[in-house]
Amino acid sequence: MALIELRDVSKIYVSGDTELAALKNVNLDVEAGEFIAVTGSSGSGKSTLMNIIGCLDQPTHGTYTLSGQAIAGLDRGQLATIRNHFIGFVFQSFNLLARTSALENVELPMIYARVPPAERRKRAREALERVGLADRMSHTSSQLSGGQQQRVAIARALVTRPPLILADEPTGNLDTKTSESVMTLLSDLRKTGITVAFVTHETDIAAYAERLLVLRDGQIVRDERTSQQSKEPT
Amino acid sequence: MISVTETARLGFRALLRNKTRAFLTALGIIIGVAAVICMVAIGEGAKARIQNMLEATGTNVLIVLSGSTSQGGMRGGFGSQPTLTWEDLRAIQNEAPSVRTAAPLSRMSTPVISETATWTTTVHGTTPEYFDIRDWAIVTGTGLTQADESGASRSAVVGKTVASKLFGEGVNPIGQSIRIRESPYTIVGMLDEKGQSGMGSDQDDAVFVPMATFGARIQGGLGKFIRGQIYLSAISPQATTTVEQEVTKLLREKHRIPEGEEDDFSVRSIAEMAGAMSATTTTLSALLASIALVSLIVGGIGVMNIMLVSVTERTREIGIRLAVGAQPGDILAQFLVEALTLAAIGGIIGVALGIGAGKLLSAQFGWSLVIRPDIVVLALLVSGLVGVVFGLYPARKAARLDPIDALRYE
Ligand SMILES: Nc1ncnc2c1ncn2[C@@H]1O[C@H](COP(=O)(O)OP(=O)(O)OP(=O)(O)O)[C@@H](O)[C@H]1O
Ligand SMILES: [Mg+2]
Repeated sequence: MALIELRDVSKIYVSGDTELAALKNVNLDVEAGEFIAVTGSSGSGKSTLMNIIGCLDQPTHGTYTLSGQAIAGLDRGQLATIRNHFIGFVFQSFNLLARTSALENVELPMIYARVPPAERRKRAREALERVGLADRMSHTSSQLSGGQQQRVAIARALVTRPPLILADEPTGNLDTKTSESVMTLLSDLRKTGITVAFVTHETDIAAYAERLLVLRDGQIVRDERTSQQSKEPT
Repeated sequence: MISVTETARLGFRALLRNKTRAFLTALGIIIGVAAVICMVAIGEGAKARIQNMLEATGTNVLIVLSGSTSQGGMRGGFGSQPTLTWEDLRAIQNEAPSVRTAAPLSRMSTPVISETATWTTTVHGTTPEYFDIRDWAIVTGTGLTQADESGASRSAVVGKTVASKLFGEGVNPIGQSIRIRESPYTIVGMLDEKGQSGMGSDQDDAVFVPMATFGARIQGGLGKFIRGQIYLSAISPQATTTVEQEVTKLLREKHRIPEGEEDDFSVRSIAEMAGAMSATTTTLSALLASIALVSLIVGGIGVMNIMLVSVTERTREIGIRLAVGAQPGDILAQFLVEALTLAAIGGIIGVALGIGAGKLLSAQFGWSLVIRPDIVVLALLVSGLVGVVFGLYPARKAARLDPIDALRYE
């Protein structure tokens, strides 16, 4: 059974009397442990697809099954539980809580997972150590560089040990060098068995992945295995 | 839902982040609660004082005043034409079966001079029955007698305050000589301490002389009319209504008032006056407390307003929390607890401020203060309730945000 199964998924936005299909009859299967890049021109539906896979949004038509669980028809609370247990998000704009330390930002999903405080703190420390921020735990977002903020966000995404991490243009706000370190982190995650899907505009960033999806006008126009591993450090 | 402590921690932190704003928002609640506490404490104090007056004066005491009620009889007949005669007094004493005893009481504020001091006090002219009516004991000396009355002797009985002002604290005044309006008097008795009256005046700041002497030497002739009031006691506290009826009937006959005409005197029982006064006080303090309650509600609207601003400002934060898996209920609780904390802290400060303000006012104006714990608890509960009620709408608004929209919010 695939981790992600999208069947005939459409997302239609209605504004006034014009309908806009952000996704049109998308079918997609993703196995556990895959490392996927999603590309496509602006407005092609990449973010929409990620949001649906990430249970932040619901498809207008079609079915979505995550790890055997049908997502359509779940209420807001149930979707929140799935996001909490199964999915880690990394956003282009980092989305860390302002005026809050790196450590507390990483603890956030565990608060809602009802992890006891001591355990929470321990796991948050480990996650920050893993992304190389052992010496920045008490820094707030404004005291961190963009790359460091994105690494805090990655720590937050992986700290609940979700099977799936989704990143919507994680390097969009970062320079080339920092982008590389962030991508290295993501590809390291995949080695621990976590499924990672990310959106990017840049071909050299997309090249980190093993599978490439290209979207155009809400449809998957290309889906190919790219067996390159060249950019990974040996 | 996440744990209560976790939610409370979140709420506190959000408030601490914006201390000035939190304080200003809570100010509405603070003022509202303080006003409620202060008003009720002063109102209850006034009621307690009236009750004291009732007990101090005696529950079976009545006063007959010149002039009708509508002419301000309640003010003691001062300024109104005297209508009560010595004949009326005798009739009341002899012909009203439910009257135990009666006494006239005239007053004059005048300086009293001892060898060492001068003190302006109220000199009363009355008969020995008065002390019996008021249940007012002589602690040293003999007090006024019928012989003093019939002989118009220059004997005087003094209250504790007058004694200490004229002769010093603790000095026995019996046998001492004082001068009132050029005439010398000998002090024959000192009264037991009575304390403040219901109106707040010191009842021990008084001198009593025989009515006959008062009439002749202070008032300048006794005359036909009593320039003052008649005090009387009923045979029992239950008989006060009967006494009122008997005295009214008697005096109407004496004064030859035709059927349908208004009385030219008024009979009031102390219990009735106290009742009327405490009814007024209750109404007044209820009115003030309800105004204060309105300000508490206005304070609640302030809380709602700031919580709405806060929800809007923190839309992105809410989006982040929802994205990492917060339940809508968690978000609701977070904002509700914040509003509740704000209101509860406001309530606690308000209680402290209200008690403080009440103490200050009562010290300033000599009012008594009664702080009822049940009112304090009630005020705290109401402010908490205000927090929850007015926090609910903003909190629901926060909980209903769509995660994607919230994350995109700039
Ligand atoms: N809430 C919305 N209401 C209406 N239309 C929307 C909404 N969200 C997205 N769209 C439309 O859906 C289409 C797909 O948007 P989406 O954000 O998925 O594109 P994208 O591929 O992520 O683009 P970009 O690379 O610029 O981020 C766009 O045409 C967009 O205008
Ligand atoms: Mg996008």
